[in-house]
Amino acid sequence: MAAGTHEMTIAETGMPGEVLPEHGVGPRSFAWWGMVWLIATEATLFALLLASYFYLRFRSPHWPPEHIEAPELMLPLIMTAILWSSSIPVHIAEKGIEKGHQGKLRWGLALGWLLGAIFFVMTVAVEWPESLHHFTPRTNAYGSMFYTVTGFHLSHVLVGLSVSAFTQVRAWQGAFDEKKHVSVQNFAMYWHFVDIVWLFVLLSIYVSPHF
Amino acid sequence: MRTIRQPFVGALGANRRPRPVSATSARAAELMAGRRGTLRAISTRPGRSVLATAPALLLLAACSDDSPSVLRPRSEAAERVEGLWWLTFWTSVFVCVLVAAFIVQAVRRGRAAGAEEGIDKRPVPWGPRFIVIAGLVVSGAVLAGTFAVSLRALNALAGPSGDTALTIEVIGRNWWWEVRYPNGAVTANEIHIPVGQPVEVKLSTADVIHSFWVPQLNVKQDQVPGIDNRISLLADEPGRYRGQCAEFCGLQHAHMSMYVEAQPPAEFDQWLARQAAPAAVPTSSTASTGRDIFLRSSCAGCHAVRGTTAAGTLGPDLTHLASRETIGAGTLSMQRGPLTEFVRNAQDAKPGATMPLTELTPEELSAVVDYLMGLE
Amino acid sequence: MTTVLEPPGWKDELTEELDETWHSPPGLREWISTVDHKRIGMRYFYLGMVFFIIGGIQSLLIRMQLAGPDLDLLSPESYNQLFTMHGITMMFLFAMPVLSGFGNYFVPLMIGARDMAFPRLNAFGFWVLLGAGIFMYSSFAMGQAPNDGWFNYLPLAGAEYTPGVNIDFYTLGLVFLGVSSTGGAINFIVTILKLRAPGMTLNRIPIFVWGELAMALQIVFALPALSLAAVLLTLERKFGFHFFDKTAGGDPLLWQHLFWIFGHPEVYIVALPGFGIASAIIPTWCRRPMVGYTYIVIGELAVALVGFGVWVHHMFAVGLSNITLSFISLASFMVVIPSGIQVFAWLATLVSGRPKLSSAMWFVLGFIMIFVIGGVTGPMLGAVVLNQALTDSYFVVAHLHYVLVGSAVFPIFGAVYHWGPKMTGRILDERLGKISFWLMFVGFNLAFFPQHLLGVFGMPRRIYTYEEGLGWDAYNLASTVGAFVLAVGILVTIVNWYRSKRKGPVAGNNPWNGETLEWYTSSPPPHYNFVTVPTIRSREPMWDQPELAGGAQAPSEGGRSLTGGHVTLSTSLLDARPQAIVHMPHASPWPFYFSVALTVLFFMILVELWYVAVLAGVASVMTMVGWYWPRHETQET
Repeated sequence: MAAGTHEMTIAETGMPGEVLPEHGVGPRSFAWWGMVWLIATEATLFALLLASYFYLRFRSPHWPPEHIEAPELMLPLIMTAILWSSSIPVHIAEKGIEKGHQGKLRWGLALGWLLGAIFFVMTVAVEWPESLHHFTPRTNAYGSMFYTVTGFHLSHVLVGLSVSAFTQVRAWQGAFDEKKHVSVQNFAMYWHFVDIVWLFVLLSIYVSPHF
Repeated sequence: MRTIRQPFVGALGANRRPRPVSATSARAAELMAGRRGTLRAISTRPGRSVLATAPALLLLAACSDDSPSVLRPRSEAAERVEGLWWLTFWTSVFVCVLVAAFIVQAVRRGRAAGAEEGIDKRPVPWGPRFIVIAGLVVSGAVLAGTFAVSLRALNALAGPSGDTALTIEVIGRNWWWEVRYPNGAVTANEIHIPVGQPVEVKLSTADVIHSFWVPQLNVKQDQVPGIDNRISLLADEPGRYRGQCAEFCGLQHAHMSMYVEAQPPAEFDQWLARQAAPAAVPTSSTASTGRDIFLRSSCAGCHAVRGTTAAGTLGPDLTHLASRETIGAGTLSMQRGPLTEFVRNAQDAKPGATMPLTELTPEELSAVVDYLMGLE
Repeated sequence: MTTVLEPPGWKDELTEELDETWHSPPGLREWISTVDHKRIGMRYFYLGMVFFIIGGIQSLLIRMQLAGPDLDLLSPESYNQLFTMHGITMMFLFAMPVLSGFGNYFVPLMIGARDMAFPRLNAFGFWVLLGAGIFMYSSFAMGQAPNDGWFNYLPLAGAEYTPGVNIDFYTLGLVFLGVSSTGGAINFIVTILKLRAPGMTLNRIPIFVWGELAMALQIVFALPALSLAAVLLTLERKFGFHFFDKTAGGDPLLWQHLFWIFGHPEVYIVALPGFGIASAIIPTWCRRPMVGYTYIVIGELAVALVGFGVWVHHMFAVGLSNITLSFISLASFMVVIPSGIQVFAWLATLVSGRPKLSSAMWFVLGFIMIFVIGGVTGPMLGAVVLNQALTDSYFVVAHLHYVLVGSAVFPIFGAVYHWGPKMTGRILDERLGKISFWLMFVGFNLAFFPQHLLGVFGMPRRIYTYEEGLGWDAYNLASTVGAFVLAVGILVTIVNWYRSKRKGPVAGNNPWNGETLEWYTSSPPPHYNFVTVPTIRSREPMWDQPELAGGAQAPSEGGRSLTGGHVTLSTSLLDARPQAIVHMPHASPWPFYFSVALTVLFFMILVELWYVAVLAGVASVMTMVGWYWPRHETQET
């Protein structure tokens, strides 16, 4: 068997004359739906977290509170560009394997991982230490919210990087082909979700305090 | 910020103004003698007497008349609540009886059908119509009507403050009530108000969330850090009305009650003036000794007695302790025996209260109690 | 009815083949590895009932303390821990698990599937529940059980006023439980959407299954609020963050909002499966199809949706604006309507059918009456002014017990009698069933009706004692007596269960002539549920498709034997057209290992042993990798 293909791609159901495929992708796959609903619950979590942020904000007389400047935008915007650009190779990887293209799959995932990792390192090694000079999570609610919201998002990025690594190991082992790749679809869906959440984090935490 | 005031329109539409209370009424005389209010058997409001009387008798006859009951309102606001209660109560009874009738009918059909087997697949033509009419139309109408009445009550109780005769502050603390009057009077666990005059209570908390609830005078309002809540107390008649903290606040939440004493205005003014005055000077030598012990020991660190050097703020102001009827936020009565026990070891009556065991000898204890009993 | 084209003995041949394919050798490894939804469902049921008894004992202790004024059976600290854990236990460790247990057992059967969509996730959900239950109850061993009420308001539950680990047990325990509930909910949703037997279009789905779907959708959108609140509180308590602390720009009301955004849908999460159970029992025992199926289904979904919009009615006394109060009050009145519609549909079915008055039926009748009484005190509490008078008093305690015991406990007991025989293969004793019902019904009403009056007479809730002379004594005593009568009634069913399991009459496939697919197969069903997955042509397949009576629809009539391994069918969303054959995971110990690692992780966070916590975290990741590592049978992903 050539790498990337599988035996038994269709099978009998037991009803006379009926055969059905043995692998689903997209909405025909259970795992896909599982990811959809996982994203739904995580999206709700972020929505509530941001709602909590705005709740505390609009009950505060000053925001950011006195002695704290509104966040600088240059670095976050660069990081945004890096994070969002990571969705492109991931998308290419997904579309690639839908057509059975192993190369696009492997290199697309790898590049996406790299860009995501750069975002992660920039947050942890540059952006947060810089902010920590001015306020910490224990300073006040503003600080707590800043680090909690960005931290929640970052933990989702970390999970995404882990899942990507696992998926890449399997991709290099030839586990996926045009008929079987729902794991790749699921990872891509999750990764794009993380990117979309970042838009809301960016607008709420970084941009809106300037107004 | 939220204010709940007294309404000027009765729940069922009758216009009312607060009735002035005649000091010579027999009822007022009873109350001024310190006894609890007597049972109000028949409502004098037309239209409500029929609705309220029979079940009122039923419910109230079963319990003593000492309950701080929503069904024994003594103010406009509480009367609105009572009105809303009876409206929804009877609607509910009707619904439950109707549903019970269906269930009984089902049981009867079941018994009649007996052991017949077989499935009845015939459609039930009246079914969808019944469901829509009962479940949507009629229920919707009843609910909408009840909502409308409740909305009127809400607007009546919770509009901007009307005229206020007096504003006082009640600060919820674990586990007692600090009461402050504008003339400098500070007391605890007992609130006096003038009958027939609206008093605005500013509610706040020194620690956790508490809730101020005097069922016979008004609904409850929470005391939440950072929220400026107010509630109005306007008693129709003199009386002593029990209230209790209604938001779980820790170990002694159960022992955090207070009394609102509504007095005729002249009496109230006297009380208020006395409460603002500094503490009485001890008249006996034991009381004098007691005061000295009080001032030099840890008592003065937590309690204030205005007019002396005791200026503690952790515990209740004791300047006029003996003028109050209870100790420990309604836990014990203000009498020598209970007071002695409470001073000796508040933890017996209120385990977990902030007041620790006082390490006084029996003689010292007796002297301190003598002093405290003199703080009228 | 089609003519069977298969040679005689085809059923036995298929049965033999399936028995062999699905056989798993017994042993300890198998016990921790099984992913059979029926066994997992039974475990949820048994564990949930154990917690029911524990929660019940807690309530009896509470009632004994309150039987008279100024009693000192319990110290205030013990009392506070007991009432807090009673609430947590009943909601999270009894009601949700037992109702999920019935869901787990019966949803795949009722939709004609061989298992849930994610069998290992299913097993994981149970092991996490066990771990979280042990976690939370170990707090008693430390004498520091959560003690600030099940809704745990701040500032009281903050580090300043409750410095002990009590509240850390609460926050961490609830986050942990949330993992189980969320996983379970996703499992139910995907199962119900994608695993239905061919021909089971949306309007042929049994109402119980719709109820589980509505519940699961609510869990997905409501539980994040609780998890978020718990995480924020953990950050505040353990790491000095500021979310609820007014002095640092936080707000105690934020906790209340987040909690009740979860907390109100939570009561429907408990109630909707209960309604579903009633909707499973009524048609069978009334011997007619449900009247108003569409109304009931829409009612369930509407309740699930509108239930998200009313949470502020738990906060009416907090000091909110009139406009807010009015809106929420209106929504709270509206949410009554879809529940009411369901009640009237049941009543219409009951009076147009010929109800057989079995124990199951009595429990359903009792449920309706009790739920309706609870339901009418709801609008009382929806009226803002009346709410502000009665909230935080025993009136609310009465209301909540009427609706929750009504909509969960009575249907659960009905299910015990109705579905017990399917699960154990034996029928429970009817006489004991009726004795149990009447003791429970009378006991419950005696225990809780007087509490309405206590609230009206001014008794606040969550007080460990009260003074005499307030007119509260007699009602409290009556309530305590009622609680014990209720307890005896519960005990009777427990005894009945165990006796009947051993000596009850054999049930057979369909002892009640039920209409849905759980009655299509044997009692208890084999590991693979059905010899053939049937093609469905009706909402009441067992009544309308006589070829199902033999326990196996023949392949020429639409039955699918699906013998190529542990396989089931994936079907389309609306019409349930077959789309794919799905290979299900075989037994796996990784869900168990993962949940052990997580339990250790949560304990380590609780006691702040950070290095060990990191190790436990690493172990958790490794067990997840072990779980997902592809094996030949998990070909899907």
